[in-house]
Amino acid sequence: MSIPAEAVTASEAGLKARILHRLMRLAQDRWRTLVLFVPFAWLLLFFLAPFFIVLKISLAETIIASPPFTPMIEWVDAGIMHIRVVIDNFAYLWEDDLYAKTYLNSLKISSISTILCLLVGYPMAYAIVRANHTTKHVLLMLVILPFWTSFLLRVYAWMGLLADQGTINNLLIAIGIIDEPMRMLYTPFAVYVGIVYTYVPFMILPLYANMEKLDWTLLEAAADLGARPMTTFFTVTLPMTMPGIIAGSLLVFIPATGEYVIPDLLGGGNVLMIGRVLYNEFNANIDWPVASAVAIALLLVLVLPMMLYQHIQAKEAESE
Amino acid sequence: MSQTTDHSDRPWLDPEAEPFIKVQSVSKHFGDFTAVDSVDLDIYKGELFCLLGGSGCGKTTLLRMLAGFETPSSGSILIDGVNMNDVPPYERPVNMMFQSYALFPHMTVESNVGYGLRRDGVAKTEIEQRVEEMLAMVELTQFRKRKPHQLSGGQKQRVALARALIKQPKMLLLDEPLAALDKRLRVQTQYELMNIQDKLGVTFVVVTHDQEEAMTLSTRIAVMDVGRLQQIGTPTEIYEFPTSRLVANFIGNANMFAGRITENGTDHVVVESKDPTCNFYIDHGVSISEGTKVWVSLRPEKIRISKQAPEDSGTNCVKGMVNDIGYLGGTSTYRVLVGDEHIVEVTSPNLNRPKDGNPPIDWDEEVYLSWEASSSVVLTK
Repeated sequence: MSIPAEAVTASEAGLKARILHRLMRLAQDRWRTLVLFVPFAWLLLFFLAPFFIVLKISLAETIIASPPFTPMIEWVDAGIMHIRVVIDNFAYLWEDDLYAKTYLNSLKISSISTILCLLVGYPMAYAIVRANHTTKHVLLMLVILPFWTSFLLRVYAWMGLLADQGTINNLLIAIGIIDEPMRMLYTPFAVYVGIVYTYVPFMILPLYANMEKLDWTLLEAAADLGARPMTTFFTVTLPMTMPGIIAGSLLVFIPATGEYVIPDLLGGGNVLMIGRVLYNEFNANIDWPVASAVAIALLLVLVLPMMLYQHIQAKEAESE
Repeated sequence: MSQTTDHSDRPWLDPEAEPFIKVQSVSKHFGDFTAVDSVDLDIYKGELFCLLGGSGCGKTTLLRMLAGFETPSSGSILIDGVNMNDVPPYERPVNMMFQSYALFPHMTVESNVGYGLRRDGVAKTEIEQRVEEMLAMVELTQFRKRKPHQLSGGQKQRVALARALIKQPKMLLLDEPLAALDKRLRVQTQYELMNIQDKLGVTFVVVTHDQEEAMTLSTRIAVMDVGRLQQIGTPTEIYEFPTSRLVANFIGNANMFAGRITENGTDHVVVESKDPTCNFYIDHGVSISEGTKVWVSLRPEKIRISKQAPEDSGTNCVKGMVNDIGYLGGTSTYRVLVGDEHIVEVTSPNLNRPKDGNPPIDWDEEVYLSWEASSSVVLTK
């Protein structure tokens, strides 16, 4: 029995199609590698490399030179290489309780600020999501609008508002609510105001993105089953929006911990935060190694709990 | 001979019976749009009542008003004699099964089903026991630790049902309960729903766009269109005695003939139709004057199709030519061209097996269509 001619050409065509398909897959893989390579290269160049430079400096000693620290690798003689790793700086951070206090104070301020941002941002995000289509876009615009002026300028504006002879005090005295100016500038209160004001959009936006996907019939289902609005909130809305709450909180908490400008301008010398200590070590004391150690320690303080959290989350996702 | 009629199965026929739900001239407007237009409706205890209509007919809005998610723009809703207009959903003796099921994704099957009882502050041991019973009823006991995303469509549907029934509501509202299931599962679930309803005696109000579903499930059907109630009746009444062309066309297929009344007796009417030329003798009287324009509705399965002319071919008979045949196995659907362009659909059971593979009636054959005087219905709108 002979194979009909059409069948031969058909199988040939099939083979060609398969080869073509393979080639396209290969090209796709190449493309994917390229697309992934660019952001990875970016991170490598601008995040990991500086990180290792800072790590290197943190393990050096201060000298009066330029740059003001000892090199890590030195060629003593031909063929002999000295590697100097100084862990003194970290020991110093541990011994002087100024640093521990400052870290704790930074964490306290950023934690409280994060909670305040959540308390302010959550209802705002909720209101934006529930608003009608046109209002929604206007409100979102308003959330992003402050980014259009310089951050520094906005903090200076707060100085003008909060100062002893500032707008708020003048207004309150004019109305007659208070007789003499309240001290607001250069207090922790001013720092909280500044941080919450600056970072609240970073809370609202992830919450908005999360709530936008929320299935509102779930709230109706809860009401239908006898849950009052408050109960519905705590049993359905809150758990469902938890990913948004976590994302927003991290976006506020992490930069707020290392914040320098706000405590410096609004807190003056009265509010100790790690950003200011870092600045002083670099610029006033010209002690780059200690400053770098402060930065590395801050990274550990922030990154470790987050990695722990991610680990727990991955475990939970696995067990489901 | 006088007979005491028992209305326990059909409470709507009993003038003494007090309706469980009274919808009194309820309207609902969204801006300029009228979703529900002065609807009056009585639903009795233990009924399986269907709100049937196409999309946008207002059936879901009416259901949401019963649940309390929408408030009527005017009119009032009474459940068990209590005006519900100002009662929020969480205080109504009513539960709802949502079209999307609306299962809480962050809770297990167990916690989903027990949610309503926890809100009422029922003791923990009792909750566990009742959840157990409920899950046994819907045959989901082994899935109680699963999350909704780990369930199939049919399982989700049963979780939703169990969650809605666990509080033993006086009335269960079901929004397109079977729409998300595939056909085979749908039929099976239909009967399960009916069994559960029968067992628990809960009043069911079902919203559906599927007329077959409505026919199988319900004790009574309310057909809705553009926010208005078109007709309320048992499935038989709706099918056999539609009151408008809209209802006749919506439920099943209907051949519609336009004509004028030429004779109006007490027990019969004669309608003369011009296209196709045909006299309809109909054995029920109508209270309209002669000469009025009316429509005659005739169901496809009530028409006989034959190659020989029937004895009395003057009335209730037309001659035509087979245009199309749809062979469905058990039945065949013939599309017969009558007159110049009028197509009449006829469904006929295939009683005998065709000899030599030749169908009893073939394409392009001349056929006679005839029907009984009781088969057709006169419609005025």
